[in-house]
Amino acid sequence: MPRISVTVDGVRHEDDVEPRVLLVHYLRDRIGKVGTVVGCDTSNCGACTIHLDGVSVKSCSVLAVQADGAEITTIEGLAGTDGGLHPMQQAFHECHALQCGFCTPGMIMAAVDLLSNNPDPSEQEIREGLEGNLCRCTGYQNIVRAVQLAAKSSAGATESREEVPA
Amino acid sequence: MTAVAEGRVNEVGQARRRREDAHLITGQTLWTDNVTLPGMLHLAILRSPVAHATITKVDVSAARERPGVVAAFSGADLAGDWGPLPMAWTVSEDQKSPPHFPLTADKVRFVGDGVAVVAATSREGAVDALDAIDFEFETLPAVVDMEAAVGEGSALVYDDVPANRCFTWRESHGDYAAAKDRAEVVLNRRFINQRLIPSAMEPRSVVVQPSPATGEYTMWSSTQVPHFVQIFISLTAGVPQSSLRVIAPDVGGGFGSKLDVYAEEAIGVVLAKKLGVPVKWTETRSENYQVTIHGRDLIQDAEIAAMRDGTVLGLKVDLTANMGGYLQLLTTCIPLLGRYMYPGIYKFEAHDLSCTGVFTNTTPTDAYRGAGRPEATYVIERIMDELAYELSMDPLGLRRKNWIQRDEFPYTTVCGLEYDSGDYEKATARATELLGYDELRREQQARRDRNDHVQIGIGVSTYTEMCGLAPSRWLGQKGYIAGGWEAATVRVLPLGKVEVVTGTSPHGQGHETTFAQIAADALGVSFDDIVVVHGDTRTAPLGLDTYGSRSLAVGGIAILKACEKIVEKARVLAAHQLECDPSDLEFSAGTFAVRGSPDAAKTIQELAFASFVAHDLPDGANPILTADAVLDPETFSFPHGTHLAHVEVDTETGGVDLKKYVAVDDVGKVVNPLVVEGQVHGGVAQGIAQALFEEAVYDAEGNLVTGTMVDYLVPSAADLPSFTTDRTETPSTTNPLGVKGVGEAGTIASTPAVVNAVVDALRPRGVNDVQMPCTPMHVWQAMEAAKGEPR
Repeated sequence: MPRISVTVDGVRHEDDVEPRVLLVHYLRDRIGKVGTVVGCDTSNCGACTIHLDGVSVKSCSVLAVQADGAEITTIEGLAGTDGGLHPMQQAFHECHALQCGFCTPGMIMAAVDLLSNNPDPSEQEIREGLEGNLCRCTGYQNIVRAVQLAAKSSAGATESREEVPA
Repeated sequence: MTAVAEGRVNEVGQARRRREDAHLITGQTLWTDNVTLPGMLHLAILRSPVAHATITKVDVSAARERPGVVAAFSGADLAGDWGPLPMAWTVSEDQKSPPHFPLTADKVRFVGDGVAVVAATSREGAVDALDAIDFEFETLPAVVDMEAAVGEGSALVYDDVPANRCFTWRESHGDYAAAKDRAEVVLNRRFINQRLIPSAMEPRSVVVQPSPATGEYTMWSSTQVPHFVQIFISLTAGVPQSSLRVIAPDVGGGFGSKLDVYAEEAIGVVLAKKLGVPVKWTETRSENYQVTIHGRDLIQDAEIAAMRDGTVLGLKVDLTANMGGYLQLLTTCIPLLGRYMYPGIYKFEAHDLSCTGVFTNTTPTDAYRGAGRPEATYVIERIMDELAYELSMDPLGLRRKNWIQRDEFPYTTVCGLEYDSGDYEKATARATELLGYDELRREQQARRDRNDHVQIGIGVSTYTEMCGLAPSRWLGQKGYIAGGWEAATVRVLPLGKVEVVTGTSPHGQGHETTFAQIAADALGVSFDDIVVVHGDTRTAPLGLDTYGSRSLAVGGIAILKACEKIVEKARVLAAHQLECDPSDLEFSAGTFAVRGSPDAAKTIQELAFASFVAHDLPDGANPILTADAVLDPETFSFPHGTHLAHVEVDTETGGVDLKKYVAVDDVGKVVNPLVVEGQVHGGVAQGIAQALFEEAVYDAEGNLVTGTMVDYLVPSAADLPSFTTDRTETPSTTNPLGVKGVGEAGTIASTPAVVNAVVDALRPRGVNDVQMPCTPMHVWQAMEAAKGEPR
């Protein structure tokens, strides 16, 4: 069985894995990262979205062995180490961008990646950027609002950081 | 309700951010599939690859030899371990209700029907071992088309159910034949409410932990209805009700698909019992599409009779409803739940409805967001548009002529329901203003005049629905085996926190927030001091769960009643401690004060402590500030609203572009506007999904062609616009909060609004219907079919 070494939410793991094991199943079943969920079996729903070396991926579309050596962030590791929420998490709460919350981990991880690529997206760019993540509860409107709010607060945070003398 | 004291703002009406969110946005969730227990086995189920067959052999012996496999059973192996799954509604005397076992032993009746189960130490091991099961069968002709199913010579899903007819019923209100005789215009239309797949984002999952020494079982299930599951699975699996604890932990959406009692819940208990260790089953999405219930799937032949001035005289509807291969919990009652909604908001004298339920070799249907009411609303709102066009009237003008005027409430409809309140004029005025209705009509005309290939369509839906299911007596009269009450317990704990226990079972609706708002006002305590307990038959033993937009209008009122009892109990204690008569006390913002001497006061939380230590209670008083309430609603509530859709249809490609959607809803008093808005958004999106995107398709052999999310188009963010929403507020008079219900409203309203808009865009081409979903193909087919029609 191949051995992999991955860092997940800041903790290094070394495990033997069957070659066929999907990354999402490794995360959930082997190391207990059950905040990341499985919503489909065809890579359509995006509920399992995580960050692999800083880029969002559907963790059902990656084999665990492919993640060898990678740095992974899940929804559980997104908040700051001080326990504060990530601006995207805060914005989802503020804008009522979730109801049942099952799509939320993937939606938030995808939205964070969206803003890192496009810090000031239009509504249409947000809608198209999140096309790979399905939500059945919200009709997406408040998710769009949340991403807009996070973009605004991230921009504000960047500006205020810049104001601080080095 | 308590008055607003200085410094205390009423919680009801505040856009409180949800307290449910904290764990959901950080991944600290307890979905059923997250439950892992020592020694737990994983279950996988062998499912039929064909729609209809006689089973000739199911040999699981080779599967038992596979690595990690602990046990494997066929349906026949377990025939003595369970009874049939529940079927809760008998809608007619002639209803045929064949037994439905958790695993089938003789015949398979749809693709996905379970025939054997494997228990193994890993999920992969269990799934792998399914390959080793020797499953042989003789394929029978599949019954797929519901109209062919009742025709001559059809194969039979059940040998003892002639013509595959599950039931027939007819109900007449008024004299439709007389109305038709008098009518100057009679229009006939066939509407097809296509089959939908609910697609809650969390697939179903069940974990059962046995305690062999005591014979007790704890089940975690992704369900809307833990109390139903406890009662019915205890019957099916032969476990005393008191020995089965059912927990609905975090539940990822339901939309009716988890308002059911499923085979896998029974299989879980029976295998946990036989094997003495915990078991888990979690469906894949493809499995979900095959075996979790589907929605809709009705053929509706409608006839409307009217005068040339637009006065509607009557409506006649013949329904053919697809049951699928088995009767699930509420399969038979879905058309019945819709039957009182066909008149919508209109006054007319006669309504005739008949319905035939049909077995086919397809996935069972059951409740899906709205459950019968969207189907009914679709017919009346579509045919009102057809009538308006026939009479060259504006569709809103025709509706205005026929709807119940604001000064006519309460109004008893032709079906006998008393609508307590409503203001259709106001909601419609607001909606037309938000859309810019008149301006858009002018632009539409300009496009028509220049024969633009992109045409504008405006769709109208002035819906109502019956919410707050339901008066128990009414349910009993209609053939349901249970009631419609709801229970609540409120406890003020000695250190001042308040526990509100509800029998409803939320799965995304925000009850922990909204119910805390209600209780905070009723007790005059801080929102932060209230905890809402739900979804566990051990901690919330009494309840009838969440469906039918009932949680607030029934469950919320039960909470209010329990809070009122607490206040009365506390008042007696306060009077004792303040040495006055209870009637001399004023209760405001959580404090009892002696009238005229405000310094002599006790807070309800102080009284809770005094009641807990019980050192100085009035004679005969019981310790502890706790109260129970059970509320059986006397009638329904009737939310309503006006929804308007603006589409552009490209007549060259058939493409439909939803440009703007306006929803003005009247859901009565609003507890939390943020939550209400969210419900409207999601509901509208789901109704639009039926109008434009979604359809479960079977081939002639009964294979589900749309068996994955690749083939079944759940809309993404890119497929939908932002909606323009607003509200009017006409309080319900049937409950003390004035609330009505909002969970299903958007879904009920939006489907006909959007289809009306698509048809409206194509009127100049002679189109008078487009089959849902209004895909480019269906639009093109409608245009082709209308070619040569005079228009």
